[in-house]
Amino acid sequence: MNLHEYQGKEILSSFGVRIQRGIVAQNAHEAVAAAKQLTQETGTSWHVIKAQVHAGGRGKGGGVKLAKNLKEVEAIAGQIIGMNLVTPQTSKEGKRVHQVLIAEDVYYPGPSETSEFYMSVLLNRGTGRNMIMYSTEGGMDIETVAEETPHLIFTEEIDPSVGLMPFQARRIAFNLGLSGNAFKEMTKFVSSLYTAYVKSDSSLFEINPVLKTSDDKIMAVDAKVTIDDNALYRHKDYVNLRDLREENPIEVEAKEVGLNYVDLDGNVGCMVNGAGLAMATMDLIKQAGGEPANFLDVGGTADAARVEAAFKIILKDPAVKAILINIFGGIVRCDRVAQGVIDAYKNMGTINVPIIVRLQGTNADIAKELIDSSGLDVQSAVEFQEAADKVQAVLA
Amino acid sequence: MSVLVNKNSKIIVQGFTGSEGTFHAGQMIEYGTNVVGGVTPGKGGQTHLDKPVFDTVKEAVDKVGADTTIIFVPPAFAADAIMEAADAGIKVIITITEGIPVADMIVASNYIKDKNCRLIGPNCPGVITPEEAKVGIMPGFVFKKGKVGIVSKSGTLTYEAADQVVKQGLGITTAIGIGGDPIIGTTTKEAVELLINDPETEAVVMIGEIGGQLEADAAHWYKESGSKKPVVGFIAGETAPAGRTMGHAGAIVGGSDDTAQAKKKIMRSCGIHVVDSPAEIGKKVAEVLR
Repeated sequence: MNLHEYQGKEILSSFGVRIQRGIVAQNAHEAVAAAKQLTQETGTSWHVIKAQVHAGGRGKGGGVKLAKNLKEVEAIAGQIIGMNLVTPQTSKEGKRVHQVLIAEDVYYPGPSETSEFYMSVLLNRGTGRNMIMYSTEGGMDIETVAEETPHLIFTEEIDPSVGLMPFQARRIAFNLGLSGNAFKEMTKFVSSLYTAYVKSDSSLFEINPVLKTSDDKIMAVDAKVTIDDNALYRHKDYVNLRDLREENPIEVEAKEVGLNYVDLDGNVGCMVNGAGLAMATMDLIKQAGGEPANFLDVGGTADAARVEAAFKIILKDPAVKAILINIFGGIVRCDRVAQGVIDAYKNMGTINVPIIVRLQGTNADIAKELIDSSGLDVQSAVEFQEAADKVQAVLA
Repeated sequence: MSVLVNKNSKIIVQGFTGSEGTFHAGQMIEYGTNVVGGVTPGKGGQTHLDKPVFDTVKEAVDKVGADTTIIFVPPAFAADAIMEAADAGIKVIITITEGIPVADMIVASNYIKDKNCRLIGPNCPGVITPEEAKVGIMPGFVFKKGKVGIVSKSGTLTYEAADQVVKQGLGITTAIGIGGDPIIGTTTKEAVELLINDPETEAVVMIGEIGGQLEADAAHWYKESGSKKPVVGFIAGETAPAGRTMGHAGAIVGGSDDTAQAKKKIMRSCGIHVVDSPAEIGKKVAEVLR
């Protein structure tokens, strides 16, 4: 589950990580009130208005702006809320901004220069351990840093039996070139950040930038936080942090009926049991000259109700020109799945796109006969290649 | 010979009396698998599916000599079940459970690393040695006995591959479903190595998917091993967009080196017979064995 910046920061702060403080606002009026309150609480005179959407590169798209007085706060907030923010990480249409974070200005002048770092916490899949990845090159796109100056990216892997050790936090602070109070602040920052990561069951923290202020404080200016969905059962308080407006509406609906669906740009819908076979089916559609319109795993029980639900989800996408159903019936018999397809089809009345059903496994022959004698506009196949050929034929 | 499980394996089922455990244990017993009992804490002393139920894995090891376990325990308790099995001296721990929190698996995989055991999964279909032992949730009839080993991250795609191999008049030594999670016990490389070293296995099918480095690691190992046993490979997810999780928690393209295209390129450069179409796995196996 992805969080907004302001939600991620709240979690960080609750574990003692210093953050750039801010207040979220839904409209220009709230933005002004938030700015006033923030000035009272922090003494900041300028404010940063930050669009809250699930996408990186917000600054590049005009979603992060500095306001030097309340009039500007009102104008900028009014302009950002409701805009379709286009960033390198969104589609061409962009993402609708529903709320902004009014944040304190942390780049104020002081005794020393400010500097920006990059820091993330994530799983190293190769070793099965968490690691802290960090760089002196803050505020930049980390993929670019990795490509152009890989020697400026450091990692610190954490032994799960002892957790993050103080010497590791010190090494990070040294490698970032810090000394004095900023050094101490960084070791504290790193250790509370890692605690927050573990305690919140996150699967990604990306803090870019981590800022050293002109008075040697270390703080998170941005926060990208992803919580491990499988661990949400032990964090009931995080469940309502999910912002469904940020997710694809068809995917949200699919999830509600228990289907694992990912919306794609193609023209051939597919319905498959098992994630690996579903991906393989998408690949086969492409080789047959089509483009997959979705990933959809119907899971183990492909009965009429589930098949019907899956049909409805797939047909919500107007780009779908054909549907390929590919079920390997093992424990679930193919004839039952076939009957499910027929029943679902009849319940739905007419489906205006050609359907190819490929059922393989237990009772595949009976299933094919059921489909062929159903009188419905459904083509059947048994072999994988045969299904691909039929997709190719209907697209031609 | 075969690998990991055979007719002499003494298998217990953790989460034996739950609905998943009951159904699949029944199917395993019907297949002829040597299930010697099960574990459900608090139900020790009972009999279930005509087999003894134990409170702890240790008890099952002591009383019926269990050496292999299959875990159907719900996600919240599954990592604990893995560690209990390792602590009790179980040698092969096959974990079917899907949806275990990553943090739990970090702890479990760290805990078992110095124990004398092998973890398969989690989030996998299990392991089958045809006509000997089915320790998993796969449809047994698809897997006919033969000389081709299968390693796969996916369930139904494994059945598909086995079915294609069998339709070519060939059969399977052992099929290993290693699982689709970000942290799994036995890697692609380790599973391929087991099969390459198995004298009865004459060819290996290696099925991977987007995300992670497991297939690349296996490919490099294969090249360095100098083995003459042919390996046929397929990677699912060429059409999957970057940054989206495709069903399996581990199936997500993170960078340019874990796409299907990148993996296939490495596999080809290491001498693996890669097919682009999932419909051609069986045909390719028959071709390389000819």
